Amino acid sequence: MARNGHNGKDPVLVIVQLSGGNDFMNTLIPYTAGVYHDSRPVVGIPADKVLPMDDEFGWHPSSSALKDMFDDGTVAVVQGIGYPNSSRSHFRAMDIWHTCEPVEVGTEGWLGRATREIDPNGENVLTAVNFGRGLPRALAVPGVPITSVGDLENYGLMTGIDDVDQRKEALDVFKQMYAPAVGTGPVMDYLARTGLDVLKGADELKKAPAMYKSDVEYGSNAIAQSLRDVARVHLAGLGTRIFYTNHGGYDTHANEVPTHPQLLSDLTGAISDFFDDLRAHDASDNVVMLVFTEFGRRIKDNASGTDHGTGGGAFIIGDPVKGGLYSEYPSLDPKTWANGEDLAHTIDFRGIYGTILEQWLGIDPTDIVGGRFEQIAPFADAS
Amino acid sequence: MGDGDLALAAHLMRRAGFGASRGELETLASRPYDDVVDDLLHPERFADVDTDLCDRYYGWDNYHGPAVGWIYRMAVTRRPLQEKMALFWHHVFATAFFKSEHVASLNRQVEMFRRVGMSDMRTILLELSRDPAMIYWLDNNENVSGEPNENYGRELLELFSMGVGSYTELDIKNASRAFTGWTFAQPIPLYPHGHYDSQFERRPEEHDDGVKTFLGESGRFDGGEIVDIVVRQPATAVFVGRHLYNFFVADEPQVPAWPIEPPRDPEALRTLVAAYLESNGDVRAVLRALFTSDFFKEAQLRRVKSPTELVTGVMNLVGFQAMPEPGVGVYQSAVTAMGQELLNPPTVEGWHTGKEWIDGGTLNERVNFAVNEVGDGAKPGIREIVDRVSDRGGELSPEEFMAVCLDLVGPLTVGDETREALMAYAESEGPLRFDTEEDEKASGRRIVRMVQLIVSSMEYQFG
Repeated sequence: MARNGHNGKDPVLVIVQLSGGNDFMNTLIPYTAGVYHDSRPVVGIPADKVLPMDDEFGWHPSSSALKDMFDDGTVAVVQGIGYPNSSRSHFRAMDIWHTCEPVEVGTEGWLGRATREIDPNGENVLTAVNFGRGLPRALAVPGVPITSVGDLENYGLMTGIDDVDQRKEALDVFKQMYAPAVGTGPVMDYLARTGLDVLKGADELKKAPAMYKSDVEYGSNAIAQSLRDVARVHLAGLGTRIFYTNHGGYDTHANEVPTHPQLLSDLTGAISDFFDDLRAHDASDNVVMLVFTEFGRRIKDNASGTDHGTGGGAFIIGDPVKGGLYSEYPSLDPKTWANGEDLAHTIDFRGIYGTILEQWLGIDPTDIVGGRFEQIAPFADAS
Repeated sequence: MGDGDLALAAHLMRRAGFGASRGELETLASRPYDDVVDDLLHPERFADVDTDLCDRYYGWDNYHGPAVGWIYRMAVTRRPLQEKMALFWHHVFATAFFKSEHVASLNRQVEMFRRVGMSDMRTILLELSRDPAMIYWLDNNENVSGEPNENYGRELLELFSMGVGSYTELDIKNASRAFTGWTFAQPIPLYPHGHYDSQFERRPEEHDDGVKTFLGESGRFDGGEIVDIVVRQPATAVFVGRHLYNFFVADEPQVPAWPIEPPRDPEALRTLVAAYLESNGDVRAVLRALFTSDFFKEAQLRRVKSPTELVTGVMNLVGFQAMPEPGVGVYQSAVTAMGQELLNPPTVEGWHTGKEWIDGGTLNERVNFAVNEVGDGAKPGIREIVDRVSDRGGELSPEEFMAVCLDLVGPLTVGDETREALMAYAESEGPLRFDTEEDEKASGRRIVRMVQLIVSSMEYQFG
């Protein structure tokens, strides 16, 4: 059953995908381990720069916003998340995370399936909303309407027509053209319904920017703007249960030293602003965020950055979350390294999806993630 | 055509190519239809696209480069059917960037489709089996004597030639054994050398030379002999025929449903199968039978356009200029946003086509893309439409206004709802006049808006 820790409101899930493979070892840093510093002469963070959590681990100096949230008890860190025989291809790895199919090539996304569970008749075209261009595979299931927004201000049909009256006229004509007609066959029927769904979704979504008022000033970077869009739609109360967005650039093979801190700073600042914004509107009690990436990076640096690895990390964030460290940090003992060079995963990502589906959204995860996997207990008790 | 059947010429060029300008359509419509088809079937009669120019502009830094270059090629080629067949084989033999991340080999594969795509099935499947990108994609480089990897052997039969149900698991095993040792030479590393493709390599020491029984025949088969047997099978004729029908004539169900769902037009499929069997698997012969058939000519506006077809069709409508420009990348992004990332299909099964191209997000992309492109009255193709309407002079009734625009965009036939909606727009400002300069300007704007409304219609989603 769904948790009750969200004051009777429907639980909402926000997914933030870090594309490229976030360097988990440089996010939550085993700063007192000699092997960490020995392995990473170039990208390693000196022990005195790390923001300590305890005498073993510390945060990257550019993620102080996340550290503060962790100290407030609203961040669950999932250490060593992965799956057997981790793929080092970005595309394949992301595909596996999106479809929960590590062996076969899957076509249905886990969140698309979850959306179908939440809204079996597709009554609200905004049940799941993606921000970004192109629909992530995680949300794609044939027949499940998903709204994908490139630019919230300009979302909808005919947005290239600047003149307001002309655009309105074009939309009216569109609505007439896509009116259901008798005897035109199933494909035309489907096309007509889809066209009208797009109109409906856009009509609803355009309310969001107009209703939104906030004192929180988000950064101008991409992830901050995306999370501001999520906040605006969430606060508009349009019934969206699953939000999805993406933060790219984590493929730090080269020049990790200047790039990774900027990414972490943008990301953690944006997440912190997002939750501040929701709290200011008394709308944070039913929102949980999952931050994930397709893999961690190699233990040893390559004198400029780090190559694709395994065992990464994920974060579950929000006021209903019971903060702390979950699962185990992958062993640093070289004898245990996967492929002799990688952090071995300690928990399967499908168990983390299961945790969120079952314990947060109240959905049986078995068919969605393809089985039962070990779960964690990152949510505060029911209030 | 001969009789100036412009709708038929437009239909042929949408299917066998990527659309054409109005002027080209008029020329084609004045020629005998079968001659036009013959030219399409013989690309060597026309100059190729200057690939040097293409490569220089679009580079090979990642797969976006070749994908952008490919869109450009489709829009400007004088050999439209050659390019369309390369796209067809990319749909059927779907190989994606995401596994190999090796651009040069993928590019080489598409060039191979261009080179042999209209030859015979034996040549095509043999080239495919020797193609480094395919070998890596389906792990045939790990298929060695004593430890066969069945990935390629299975898909060769299931997805590339015969279809499920016409062979046994043992046939897969033995076909796979025949392809042991078919691999590629390790390509030169990208860093610091740059993009080099790979070469096919057959390693006798990794080949299983034993006797294999395959589809009832036995021998010390090598891969080539497996292909020989496969292409003779009636199942292969049916499978290829159904794929061609789905790609060129009308939407079929998705491939996995083929063993269950009967073909949409069994009579048409029989025609294609007969052409295949009579010609020993000559693809050009099957295409000729297809394009000259009544079932093809009657199938106008019945297929949902793929994203590539929609985008390249719009490019032709607006008169895309033949010089490569940096901006051409937007067309590749548009195709991707509509759900067809060229050179990176989602799985070996390829893209699901027909109505599955359409969902809320992709329909939004399709409509906005087309509306924005045709909304630019400075584009040569749109300017030409405006000129052609205004050259009629005098006054056009709302009915004539709508009809002439539908004609110039397609010719497109539309249903009652669309017709009424467009008529309401045409009537909203009365007849179209060109008497004064002011009239002409205002009418020009109305024509552009009418064209925008037409390309946003449901009917425009079909080709």
